[in-house]
Amino acid sequence: MKKILLTLLLWFAATLPALAALDSAALRKLADDDSDTKIAAIQKLAESADPRALEILTAMNSEALFAAKGKIYIKTADSLSDAISGSEIAQHPDNLEAITINNRVRNELAGAMAVLKLFSPERKLRLAAARELASAQGVAPDLSMAKLLFKASELETDPKIKVIVGEAYALTQLQDADPAIRIASAKALAGSADPNVKNRLFDMMNKAKEANLEVRRAAVGSYYDIKQRIELGETIGRIFSGLSLGSILLLAALGLAITYGVMGVINMAHGELLMIGAYSAYLMQGLFQAYLPGLLDWYLLAAIPVAFLCSAAVGVLLERTVIRRLYGRPLETLLATWGLSLILIQAARLLFGAQNVSVANPSWMSGGIELFSGVSLPLNRLIIVGFALFVLVLVWLLMNRTRLGLFVRAVTQNRAMAGCVGVPTTRIDSAAFALGSGIAGLGGVALSQIANVGPDMGQSYIVDSFMVVVVGGVGQLAGAVWAALGLGIFTKILEDSAGAVVAKIVVLTFIIIFIQKRPQGLFALKGRFVEN
Amino acid sequence: MPRTPFVMRFINATPVKGWIALAAFLLVTLLILPLLNLYVPESSPFHVSGYVITVAGKVMCYAIVAVAMDLIWGYAGILSLGHGLFFALGGYMFGQYLMRQIGLDGAYQSPLPDFMVFLDWKQLPWYWAGTDSFSLTLLKVVAIPGLVALIFGFFAFRSRIKGVYFSIITQALTFAAMLLFFRNETGFGGNNGFTDFKRILDLSITSPGMRITLFGLSAIMLILTLLLGRYLTSSKFGRVLTAIRDAETRVMFIGYNPLHYKLFIWTLSAVLCGIAGALYVPQVGIINPGEMSPANSIEIAIWVAVGGRATLIGPAIGAAIVNLSKSYFTQAFPDYWLFFLGALFVIVTLYLPNGVVGLYRQLKDKMGRKQA
Repeated sequence: MKKILLTLLLWFAATLPALAALDSAALRKLADDDSDTKIAAIQKLAESADPRALEILTAMNSEALFAAKGKIYIKTADSLSDAISGSEIAQHPDNLEAITINNRVRNELAGAMAVLKLFSPERKLRLAAARELASAQGVAPDLSMAKLLFKASELETDPKIKVIVGEAYALTQLQDADPAIRIASAKALAGSADPNVKNRLFDMMNKAKEANLEVRRAAVGSYYDIKQRIELGETIGRIFSGLSLGSILLLAALGLAITYGVMGVINMAHGELLMIGAYSAYLMQGLFQAYLPGLLDWYLLAAIPVAFLCSAAVGVLLERTVIRRLYGRPLETLLATWGLSLILIQAARLLFGAQNVSVANPSWMSGGIELFSGVSLPLNRLIIVGFALFVLVLVWLLMNRTRLGLFVRAVTQNRAMAGCVGVPTTRIDSAAFALGSGIAGLGGVALSQIANVGPDMGQSYIVDSFMVVVVGGVGQLAGAVWAALGLGIFTKILEDSAGAVVAKIVVLTFIIIFIQKRPQGLFALKGRFVEN
Repeated sequence: MPRTPFVMRFINATPVKGWIALAAFLLVTLLILPLLNLYVPESSPFHVSGYVITVAGKVMCYAIVAVAMDLIWGYAGILSLGHGLFFALGGYMFGQYLMRQIGLDGAYQSPLPDFMVFLDWKQLPWYWAGTDSFSLTLLKVVAIPGLVALIFGFFAFRSRIKGVYFSIITQALTFAAMLLFFRNETGFGGNNGFTDFKRILDLSITSPGMRITLFGLSAIMLILTLLLGRYLTSSKFGRVLTAIRDAETRVMFIGYNPLHYKLFIWTLSAVLCGIAGALYVPQVGIINPGEMSPANSIEIAIWVAVGGRATLIGPAIGAAIVNLSKSYFTQAFPDYWLFFLGALFVIVTLYLPNGVVGLYRQLKDKMGRKQA
């Protein structure tokens, strides 16, 4: 403990060498009626970089600062303390007067507070403050803060924060009277990825606003650097969200591809199996909340096997009671399974209500990974992509390395011949259906983390996942993978440039045309077939 | 041997019993019901209310759609899950005319339809040209659904897409169209579609006389559809069509090109749906993109399945059964309607492959055997 205190003390001593004791006369000006005087006092307080300054300004920002008889006090819910010393006052002075602030003062406060936070010992706080300052938005630090920013960037030990603080400093220097400094700071901003900084530089490219040609040139150079970086970030973001949409499609389509491949029927209730998986996640969340609140973060892991089993059980039930009896009548199967999907939707509505239920991201799934400044990938989508990959590998192993997989593939290729050589085709049907449905359940768990969970959630996925099967071709995992990812990315890129509805229409039209050219899909099974 | 004249073939296509039934149906719908509705005072127990007429007219429009669906599914074995699109297109084409007939009586007193004023459009888009002409509208009711079906069908049948592939693609088609019509910018009223109609041919749309006229037209159209269906399916064309349904490859080997047969019946079916939609819209007073939802289209298939495929009259009966029970259920047990509908899908496909008409025939056979 002592050691920590000592380090802290040393740190303070090192970072704030010019510590001037807080001047109570200067502090008193915070209570002045005139806004200009207040602002000057705030600036002075910030420049002092006193460790108490941040606390005082924060209190002022939340209007918890009071003045009485020339002294300033900070009021909390149940106590009053002296602003300068921070020590608690037992005897409340009379005539406490609240210090009010207007928007102009509030802006100044925000900037000053952000700058002061740069001197905080906590890395997280410094990083957030630096980002705020470098975004050139709202709390634009003015020239008066430049000195302080410079000091902060000199003292900063973390290289990442140092760069950002440097950018914030450069941003203030754009207003400097000396063209050389303006050029240097415009160049220093080239590393930014912030659209506001980009706009600032764009303004500087205007002759009317910036007379000096060299400065304009530097601004143009940095402007295009930033623009390129932002565009790159957007493209990466788009491809990534396409990838995560593709993963969901893949999870939905993998199951459908297996059941369609084996039995040649479309299970219109497949989307509802997704829904069952998502509701399983919701139920597990509820169970953990009630019985294992300490482990709530891990409910999702428990939901995975539960969702698989629930969906697989429902799938087998559907197969045994309805689909099997309609063997050889694919169109009737389509209608019957549609009826089943209506029943499942209505059942969910009666059980869980027609409203969407909320399934929360566990804490380890929230947040994101920053690729570079300005581009971060949301962790929940990243995990879903990884999860889809994991399921894909499992399914691949199951289909290609086990006896069951061998049988499933045999039935897919030629049911009659497979039966002749002793494959128990009806048992394989059930197993394949259970597997396909279970994978849909897994897809539902993944979906619960990024989309609404409601009774109708599965409806929109049946067409999409069938499209994946159609484009990919039946009986080949590779086809489903490429089709799902391709459609996902294609959709997302179109969505950005043309809107969601147009994207959907274009994709559907594209698929209709695609089938003209390749009715068997991207990856057709090789061999000779007789139409039946 | 000289060819039998067309009229004779047309008459012979329907058995005598059928003609009697149709005549009776026409008598009821064109004479008795209008009389009971218009000239019997409301206090009389024989009075038929306007509500009943509207519901019956609506169901007859659905019946036309069901018969059209039977032509393509029952006789050609092609299950379309997108027939709601053609129905809605016909409805929208007629709806455009109805919107223009509102004239200056809209909420904004503008010659433009209200939703366009709302979107701040200054003039009609090009595809609204000629929508104030009644004859052109009638032409479009037939031509637009027909054209869409022709183009889509040509590409689909040419590459021999069939079975569940075709079904899902048609579902995607109507889904895409629904999304398109949901957009305000498409110029068909977006979410709300067309409503608040005032007049047809400058005559009030809400008057009892207009209601009975539309009702009568729906009845006549239904009869014509049935007769046409009977004629087509009993002709040589119909036989080839059934052959394509049962063994397409063999029909090709014999030398027929299934494309033309399928394309013709598919387009005809779409046109009939379009006409039904045009009759439907003035009777219910609204058309919106919800009519194009995949769920609506797939419901059409269950009307046909309930009635009995490839029987023509069956689907008409099926449409009536399902829609009347829908009216009843959604009022009496709103929570259980979907259970009922879902169970209907399952039970009919599992246990009633020939629908109620098949059930009736089965019972009749049994009775006949017992008597013998």
